[in-house]
Amino acid sequence: MLRREGLSKLTGRERYVDDLPLQNFLWGATVRSPAARGRISEIVFGDGVNWSEFVIVDHTDIPGRNAVYLMEYDQPALAPGYVRHVHEPVLLLAHPSREVARRAVREVEVIVDVDPPALDFRTLPSADLIQYGEDNVLKRLSIQKGDVERALAESPIVVDGVYETGAQEHVYLETQGMLAYLDDDVLVIKGSMQCPYYVLKALKTALNRSDEEIRVIQTPTGGGFGGKEEFPSMVALHAGLLALKSRVPVKLIYDRTEDMVATTKRHPSRVWHRTGVDENGRLIAQEIEVVMDGGAYVTLTPVVLSRAIIHAAGPYHCDNVRILGRAMFTNSVPYGAFRGFGNPQAHFAVERHMDVIADRLRMDPVELRRINMIRDGQTTATGQVIADGVDRLGIVDRALALADYERRRREHWIRNSEHRYLRRGIGLATFYHGAGFTGSGEVMLDSRLQVEGLPDGRVQVLCASTEMGQGQITIFTQLAADRLGYDPVDVSIAEPDTHRVPDSGPTVGSRTAMVVGRLVERACDDLRRKVGLEESVPGALVKDAIIAWHSAHPGQRLLGKARYEPPPGIAWDEEHYRGDAYGAFGWAAHVAEVEVDLRTYDVRVLDFVSVQDVGTVLNETLARGQVQGGVAQGISWALLEECVWNDGAMENGQLTNYIIPTSGDLPPIRVEFMEFPYKYGAQGAKGIGELPLVGAAPAVLNAVAAATGRQPTEIPLTPERLMALFGNGHAPGEAP
Amino acid sequence: MSGGRHDPIRISFTLNGETTTVEVAPTERLLDLLRYRLGLTGTKEGCAEGECGACTIYLDGLPVDSCLIPAYQVRGRVVETIESLDPEGMAHYHARGTTQCGACTPGVVMTAEWILRHPDRLETHTVRELMAGNLCRCTGYDGIIEGIEGALEDREAE
Repeated sequence: MLRREGLSKLTGRERYVDDLPLQNFLWGATVRSPAARGRISEIVFGDGVNWSEFVIVDHTDIPGRNAVYLMEYDQPALAPGYVRHVHEPVLLLAHPSREVARRAVREVEVIVDVDPPALDFRTLPSADLIQYGEDNVLKRLSIQKGDVERALAESPIVVDGVYETGAQEHVYLETQGMLAYLDDDVLVIKGSMQCPYYVLKALKTALNRSDEEIRVIQTPTGGGFGGKEEFPSMVALHAGLLALKSRVPVKLIYDRTEDMVATTKRHPSRVWHRTGVDENGRLIAQEIEVVMDGGAYVTLTPVVLSRAIIHAAGPYHCDNVRILGRAMFTNSVPYGAFRGFGNPQAHFAVERHMDVIADRLRMDPVELRRINMIRDGQTTATGQVIADGVDRLGIVDRALALADYERRRREHWIRNSEHRYLRRGIGLATFYHGAGFTGSGEVMLDSRLQVEGLPDGRVQVLCASTEMGQGQITIFTQLAADRLGYDPVDVSIAEPDTHRVPDSGPTVGSRTAMVVGRLVERACDDLRRKVGLEESVPGALVKDAIIAWHSAHPGQRLLGKARYEPPPGIAWDEEHYRGDAYGAFGWAAHVAEVEVDLRTYDVRVLDFVSVQDVGTVLNETLARGQVQGGVAQGISWALLEECVWNDGAMENGQLTNYIIPTSGDLPPIRVEFMEFPYKYGAQGAKGIGELPLVGAAPAVLNAVAAATGRQPTEIPLTPERLMALFGNGHAPGEAP
Repeated sequence: MSGGRHDPIRISFTLNGETTTVEVAPTERLLDLLRYRLGLTGTKEGCAEGECGACTIYLDGLPVDSCLIPAYQVRGRVVETIESLDPEGMAHYHARGTTQCGACTPGVVMTAEWILRHPDRLETHTVRELMAGNLCRCTGYDGIIEGIEGALEDREAE
C-alpha cells in the first residue's frame, strides 16, 4: 500500500500548524536567558518599543505548578528568578506582527547575576558547581552479571578503551510550533508533536486544568526523531499561557536558530570499556562505565541512561559483565529523546571497541564478532535469555556478501599501498535494539485503542499514535484492513485529539507498529465479536453486520476496544536491573566502505549496506525509507554534526554551520531485510524506527580505522579530529 | 516612518499563471507574501537562510529559495509555486518513497520537476548532485533520487 497522505504531501496540500488558516491572532515569542547559571536581577524593557501593544507573560502568570511535567517537576515552564542554562525561557511576548514580536525579543535585556556553571559532564563537579543532589548526578544505574573482578584478573588479555560522542540536533525540517486558543472554556492546543497525552499531562499540571478543560490535537508533523517527544509540552505551555492571558489565538512557531539552540538534543556521552578476552578472542569479562551529559533538567535522561546501559555490552554473550551508568547535571541545554535513545552511544563504544580488540589480537574483526555473537539459549547482560530463533550470524553473513566484503578488503590493501594520499577501508558493525518501553514500561503505559464501526459500515481507528513521516497512518490502515478483510479506503485513522481518542501511549521507542499495531488488530477482533461474528468472516459480511448493528442501536456508538496485555513469561526486576528488558529485539548488521583523503582528512562514505531483522516487514517502501533515513542520521552524527559550545551556548545554530548531509554527501544506502516474525507484534512486526541508526556510526569509524590504521574514538570525526590522530594522536584509553 | 523608506510598494507579477497585484513592505520576503498573505502554504520555511531548499519556487522558470527574495523584486516577473504543478505527475514519487514527513517535500518536488524539464543537465550532473540544494532529514535521499530516476525512465518509455 502506498503512503496514505503521500499525495497530499507531494502536492503541498498537507497543512502543518503554521499553514492553518487563522484570523485575528497574535504571534508568540520567547525571551531567553543569556547566561548558563545565575539569579535574574533585573529585566529591562528597551525604550524603542511600544510595550502597551504586547501581551507579556512571566512565571507569575502560571496558574498551576511551574513545571514542564513528564517524569519530574524540576524544569520550570518559565524561569522563576533563577536560570540554569543559556536560552532557558524567561518571558513570553505576543503581538499581531511576527516581525515586531521577534524584534521586541531583542529589546528585552535579562540581567543575570552569574554563578559558576557546571559545563563538563566528564569531570566530577567542585562544591560550588553542585546544583542537583549531593554530586550533580541525575541518575545512577548498574547491571551485574557473574564476577567481573575475578574474570578480569584471570583474563590473559585485557583491552581498555574510552569512546566519546557529541550532542546531536534533530533538525526535523518543520520546526517546533503550536497554536493555542479558547473554545468557550476549553483551551485548545494544536501543533507539531509526537505525544498528545504527554502535552496534556504537562498542561494539566502547569495550568491547573482538567482533561475536559484542555484539548490537545496533533497537526501533521514534519519530522520528530524524538525531538517532538517531550519538548512540545514546553511550546504548548507557552502558547497556552499567552492565549489564556490575551484571550485571543496565539501562534508560537520557532525559527530555525531558536529551534537549534534552545531545544533538546542527543545526550553527549563518554563510555569506558575494560574487556578481558582469551587468545582466541572469546569475551571473558566486560567492565563498562557509561557517563552521559543530562543537561540542566531531568527530562527523559534516566530512561535514556537505562536503555544505554542495557545495550552497552553489545549483541554478545559474556558471563561476567558489570555496567555502571551515570547521568550528570550540567548547565547546558537539557538533553532529551533522540532516535535510539541512548543505544547509539552505547553501540558506538562497544562496536568501536570490538575492532580495537580485534586489532590488538591481530584478528579479523568479523571473526571476533562471529565467536561472541549471542546464540539462542544464551543471556544478555541483564540475564535475559535470548531464544527468538533469529539467525544473527546469517544476518552478518548476508551483509558481508552484499558488500562484497572480502574482495573489497583485498582490493583496498593493494590500492592503499599504491595510492599517494587516498585510503579506502571497509567496516562492520553488528547491533541490536529492544523495541517498545523498557521492562515493565509498557504495562505502566496501559495503552488503549478503539476501532469504531461507523453507520455506513466503514471503520475508524481511534488512537493517540501520531504520523510524523514514519508511516503510522499507512501501517494502521493496512493492519485494520487486513484484520477485517476490508478495502483500505473503508478504513480511516482519526485525528489524534485528546477529546476523541484514547491514550495509546507515546509515539516513541519503536513501539508503534509492534505494540500499538497489535492493539489495532485486537480492537478489530473485539469489534467483530461485538457484532456477533467469528474470526475469518469476510470483510463484506463484517460491513453488513456493522450496518445492521447500527439499525438495531440507533444513535449509539459501536466500539471495538483493546488494552495492552504483556506477552506471557516476561519478568523484569527494576531494582536490580535483571530479567527481560524488552519483549523483542531487532538485530542488524551494517557494512560501510569509506575513502579517506590524507591531504584534507575528509572522509567519504562510498557504499553502505544494511541488513535488518525487524520481524515481519509490513510495508517494504516505508520500511526501507526508515532504514535509509536512520542510517543517514547515523552517518552524519559520525562525521558531520557538531554542536559548537561557548559558555554553555550553542554557537552554530544555523544550517549554514551545523552541517547535515545533502544528497551529495551520502552514498546510496542498500537495504535488505531478513524477517524473523515476533509472535506478539502486529503481523509479526518488531520495532524498526531506531534500530538502523544504532550501528551506523561505528560501521563508518571501523571503516576509517581499516583505511588508516588509526583508531578513532570520538565522534563527530571531523577532519580536525582525524588529523590529530595522525599528528598528536593518542591511543584509545589514553588521555588526549 | 519618514521619507518613504518604509512605505509599501505596489507590485504586479504573474503568480501560477495569473496576474497578481499586491502592496508589499520593502523588507517583506517572497516566502511570507506567498504563505501568509496569498494563502499558498505549500511552500515551506525550513531554515530562512537559503540552505535547505524547502521554500523552492520558480522565478522566471529557475528554481530559487523564496526565503532569500525580497517580495518587491518579483515585480513584472513570473512566479510558480508547488500549487502550480499537476498532481497527476506525482505518482512516480508516491510509489518510491520520495516523501516521508513532507516538510521538505514541496521544495524537493519543485527541484525534481525542474530536472525533469531540463534533462540536458543530466549530461553534466547526476540527479544526486542536482538535488544537493534540498535538505531532507527523513529519507537519506534514496527515495527522492529513485523517484526522479523512476520518472525519467517512465518518460523515456513513453
